[in-house]
Amino acid sequence: MPLTDSLRDDILAAVPSLRAFAISLSGNADRADDLVQETLLRALANIDSFQPGSNLPAWLFTILRNLFRSDYRKRRREVEDAEGNYAKTLKTQPSQNAHLEFEEFRTALEKLPQDQREALILVGASGFSYEDAASICGCAVGTIKSRVNRARSKLAALLYVDGAEDFGPDETVRAVIGGSGG
Amino acid sequence: MKDLKSQASRSTTPGKGGLTPEIQSRIGHQLRAMYDDVVRQGVPDRFAELIKKLDAPGASPQLGEEGGSNDNNNGRD
Repeated sequence: MPLTDSLRDDILAAVPSLRAFAISLSGNADRADDLVQETLLRALANIDSFQPGSNLPAWLFTILRNLFRSDYRKRRREVEDAEGNYAKTLKTQPSQNAHLEFEEFRTALEKLPQDQREALILVGASGFSYEDAASICGCAVGTIKSRVNRARSKLAALLYVDGAEDFGPDETVRAVIGGSGG
Repeated sequence: MKDLKSQASRSTTPGKGGLTPEIQSRIGHQLRAMYDDVVRQGVPDRFAELIKKLDAPGASPQLGEEGGSNDNNNGRD
């Protein structure tokens, strides 16, 4: 559809949550804003392919996510060492402060596999339905559900479950999931 | 944290993914707090101006899409 005033307003209205999504994905505010800018340019260049009446935020989130994915693949080669450090920090047991700080949560979130992180953010923070999140990520609804559940379990293991001295986060997750398996 | 631990271990009604409702809601709360922190910042000027500029008659987006829009994989269905 053509870029009408109201469509433009709707795109602008989606910018704050696009930024929040981009920051959650990339963990970097500058990079996030570049992603948002590129998303807007793409969206406007392809505005004809937007179906009137369909979910505009979901359409924009799809563009942003795809840009992030292709950008991530490119960067991954450049920063392989840095990525390798993630694995190392995963084995570090989280400090159990009485009060959980923002930064601690953010750090834990960054330790999640990308698939799980984006699913959790889309459903748990952006407020998309499982169906919309599945469409944004190009996967089945059941896949999104299981990613969200795994993300939550992993975050819980990293942040809230004490007794990490006895078994690492992964065993914790498995034990937790296994307990509900029946 | 001790409190949470004992809550977690004595709770007999774990929710989705085997998590207690307390932990689930705690994760949800933290997640939204982090996200909304950014949302509350509103629309930075650079984006408002960008959209205004591109909307002007005769303006063309810098990003020409000669190859079509397939790579965005959106607008489908």
